[in-house]
Amino acid sequence: MKEFQYQRAGDVPGAVALLAADPEARFLGGGTNLVDLMKCGVERPARLVDIRRLPLDRIEPSREGGLRIGATVTNSDLAAHAEVRSRYPALAQAVLAGASGQLRNMATVGGNLLQRTRCPYFADLAKPCNKRAPGSGCPAITGEHHNHAILGASDHCVATHPSDMGVALTAFDAIVQYETAEGPGELPLTEFYLPVGDSPHRETALPPGALITGVTLPPARVAANSRYRKVRERASYAFAMGSIAAALDVRDGIVHDVRLAFGAVASRPWRARAAERLLVGRPADAEAFAAAADAELAAARPLAGNAYKVTLIRNLVVSELTTLVQEGTR
Amino acid sequence: MTVTAGKEATRSVGTGLTRVEGREKVTGAARYAAEVPFPDLAHGWLVLSTAARGRIRSVETAPVLAMPGVLEVLHHGNALPVDAGFVIPLLGTPPDSLVALFQDDRIPCAGWPAALVVAETSEQAREAAEALVVHYETEPHDILLSGDRPDAVALDSQVTGPGVTLKGDLEAELAASSFVVDAQYTTPQEHHNPMEPHAAVARWHEGTLEVVDANQGSGYIAQLLAQLFSLDPATVRVRAEHVGGGFGGKGQISVHQVAAVMAATKLERPVRVVLTRRQVFALTGYRSATVQRVRLGADADGRLRALSHRCLAMTSTTYDFAEPTTAVARVMYDADAHHTSNEIVRLDVPTPSFMRSPGETPGAFALECAMDELAEKSGIDPIELRIRNEPERGPVSGLPFSSRNVVACFQEGARRFGWSERDPRPGIRRDGRWLIGTGTAAATHLVMSVPSTAAVTAEPDGTFTVRIGASDIGTGARTTLTMIAAEALDVVPDRVRIHIGDSSLPPAVIALGSTGTRSWGWAIKIAVDELRNMLIPGMTIPPEGITARSDTTAAVVGLMQNAPKERHTYGAHFAEAAVDTTTGEVRVRRMLGVFAAGPIVNPLTARSQLTGGMIWGISMALHEEAVLDEVTGGIVGADLASYHIAAHADVPKVEATWVEEPPDPDDPVGLKGIGELGNVGPAAAIANAVWHATGVRHRHLPIRPDRVLSALSDTVRGKATR
Repeated sequence: MKEFQYQRAGDVPGAVALLAADPEARFLGGGTNLVDLMKCGVERPARLVDIRRLPLDRIEPSREGGLRIGATVTNSDLAAHAEVRSRYPALAQAVLAGASGQLRNMATVGGNLLQRTRCPYFADLAKPCNKRAPGSGCPAITGEHHNHAILGASDHCVATHPSDMGVALTAFDAIVQYETAEGPGELPLTEFYLPVGDSPHRETALPPGALITGVTLPPARVAANSRYRKVRERASYAFAMGSIAAALDVRDGIVHDVRLAFGAVASRPWRARAAERLLVGRPADAEAFAAAADAELAAARPLAGNAYKVTLIRNLVVSELTTLVQEGTR
Repeated sequence: MTVTAGKEATRSVGTGLTRVEGREKVTGAARYAAEVPFPDLAHGWLVLSTAARGRIRSVETAPVLAMPGVLEVLHHGNALPVDAGFVIPLLGTPPDSLVALFQDDRIPCAGWPAALVVAETSEQAREAAEALVVHYETEPHDILLSGDRPDAVALDSQVTGPGVTLKGDLEAELAASSFVVDAQYTTPQEHHNPMEPHAAVARWHEGTLEVVDANQGSGYIAQLLAQLFSLDPATVRVRAEHVGGGFGGKGQISVHQVAAVMAATKLERPVRVVLTRRQVFALTGYRSATVQRVRLGADADGRLRALSHRCLAMTSTTYDFAEPTTAVARVMYDADAHHTSNEIVRLDVPTPSFMRSPGETPGAFALECAMDELAEKSGIDPIELRIRNEPERGPVSGLPFSSRNVVACFQEGARRFGWSERDPRPGIRRDGRWLIGTGTAAATHLVMSVPSTAAVTAEPDGTFTVRIGASDIGTGARTTLTMIAAEALDVVPDRVRIHIGDSSLPPAVIALGSTGTRSWGWAIKIAVDELRNMLIPGMTIPPEGITARSDTTAAVVGLMQNAPKERHTYGAHFAEAAVDTTTGEVRVRRMLGVFAAGPIVNPLTARSQLTGGMIWGISMALHEEAVLDEVTGGIVGADLASYHIAAHADVPKVEATWVEEPPDPDDPVGLKGIGELGNVGPAAAIANAVWHATGVRHRHLPIRPDRVLSALSDTVRGKATR
């Protein structure tokens, strides 16, 4: 692997300045994805700027009454936080559904959002991949793609975003804060990831050199009655084939508020706004849930080998919302 | 000390002894091939072909040789000559031309070794290897295995037996049958994936080639390296003291050893070559995908009139390896018409190899699922159906069985598992979101013995030293052999010191085919018997000790000639599976395996072998699958993130036990082998349980959530249009 410089950043401006000075530098959080990619040659940074000791490791109440989660909070600490567990249970569940205990102890919130796809072609230098080597082609479209995207993909790339945490954050309208040499900025998570189009190698709307400093969760009563469910090829330690973060507020049998996001179906965590719109004001029953899922999935363009994901997501919408109805009225 | 008469009244065999090297392993003191330090060590890194077929046009060595630390780039233009034309006695064939490393520009498959970069550090070697530009002239490649390949050929082989066996008129018996099953079963390409990747260090030291290696038989590898490099065998020493798993994937001479020897010879300094996980996938063999057609015909009472098992597997264009998939059919059930064939198609792929219970494992999946389908059709309980089809003699060989206690396994298993309460109807048991089912399947594995030698020394301090070229690839063989020696010597195991894993020790068979304990144990027993004759009560042991040697060649040949029998181990698997029909998830809830495998030497390590095999069965049934990319000809996702095996959370209560089986009186060694038995049949038991849970048959592995969901929607659609 390529030799690289390692530096530990002392503060946020220092970290941003180090990265701005070297276009071949990368921030190092937990390293649970970046270091793997360096070993297999996909990432070849000349310099790593270690940000783990920056003072971004707190979870605090936000001014608006939500939560502000620092970028270097570990996955383990996030999932164990009492406020997260009580007010946004799907987020804690999503984090715990990912990786292993050891990886969650290392992995950070900021790094989780920026992790790369686990498409097997992407990680293999011996194979073409438009995301890794723009213009080289996408063999997954005609090749092995049973776990690739059904929504929002393009003829250039059908990879999915691997995050579980991001699915719950997307459902809860999280906002990403960042810092650049020119000053701070923020992006709603739903606008954080770029459409795939013909440039799958460009993944986020972050300005070059930006350091994610934290994620803010707005207050949302509905989030307290939420669930995350993940389906994968083995019982643990695998990326999702399909997942769902769902939150539901039912009053007098009518959907008052609902949040739905899907994982492992697109290049980003997929917020199911069409389904949400259809559900609000409707009776909270299986029929309505299925109709809402169908409305969202009408946009699905499955490949030859992943049409099951349409069924899977539809079934998950119905089963998880049904469970939330039962839990919410208990 | 002086020799005293009388016994210490010690029993070792049958008691549970923890691994004699356990402390070394858990404290990290045990060194594996990639960890053994050498002064002045250089590091080799392999460059594998990205072309799937063709020729190497050129290798741009100059830029890489200018990189920091780079010492050498070996390729077809400058490699040392080797001679791979010799016949390997064990196989009866020359080796795969893969070991004729860098001898020509031909690329027969993706992942073929194109070059070796040697540098001062491992990191420098890797960086340079990844920077090395190799130009290929590519040709169209063919990697597609399908059931209707017209170029399939049946292959006879010394190791895997005849390609075809035929008895009776199949079509007539099928036509006369009351119940017929005719189904195609397919299994994907599977990889051994030992935890320890293949690694070797080679160095020339005082005129001897020394290799520290990860292998399944150091004497065997030393012999082959000597032949390959045209060296005097006495000048080649190979050691593999600790090996982190083999499963057949470290049984043959391979690229890592040849590359290390070639580089060490050329550079005149020690060179280490360690494969990455991706290279392990590409270079070290695998279990071929299989396409199997099973046809069964039975009378109204379930007795088989017809059995046909045809298996198609793939091999490379460089070596004919035929997965002996019909091994189970040739032993388990007889029929008036009994046809089996193992066929291969030669494709532009790496050569498959022996992988834990080669043949029996994929074959048992197909045959034992087909038996379950016959049970369903005939309305006969799956265990009863098997009992009704117990053969008197070997269905193909006509030989008597040395012992055959499969019925006892089923009966004991049924009792423990609660089989009698089972409702045979599928798709009717629910526990929350899960549908529940149970399934069973038979297991069998060949019992062989291979000639081996051993030396046992009585030391002056009252201890004994056993020397044998055996291997412990993680199975516990070192411990088991210590117990066998202690038992034969009538001493406690603490008084026995054992040396294995070194080609300078008395030659013995490699760890293969569950033959180790039996073959090595036999050599040790004979040597101990000889030693007893040499030790006279009252005599003083000289400082160098008194050593007895054995060679089982005559005994092994004699047994095969004088008492030809069907010698096998047997077992019965039981599994309970839960299936979520909304998501397609399958979870195994409990597994039980009951085995009949002769006397068990060490219940602790035996249980680990058997449950380990059963857990392999979970992986085979639900997780493992290597997919070939048609465009590039290579594997998609050749790493342990993409290639799934069972995680701890997938492994439920797994119980393995055995029935008493006295040794065959005609068999002087008395022991069988259990390294592979646990892996034969569990995937079928799980697949049968999935059917019992859902009413849907899965004839292709692994039974992934997407396949369960798709099959369920197909079933629903089928019912709706009916």
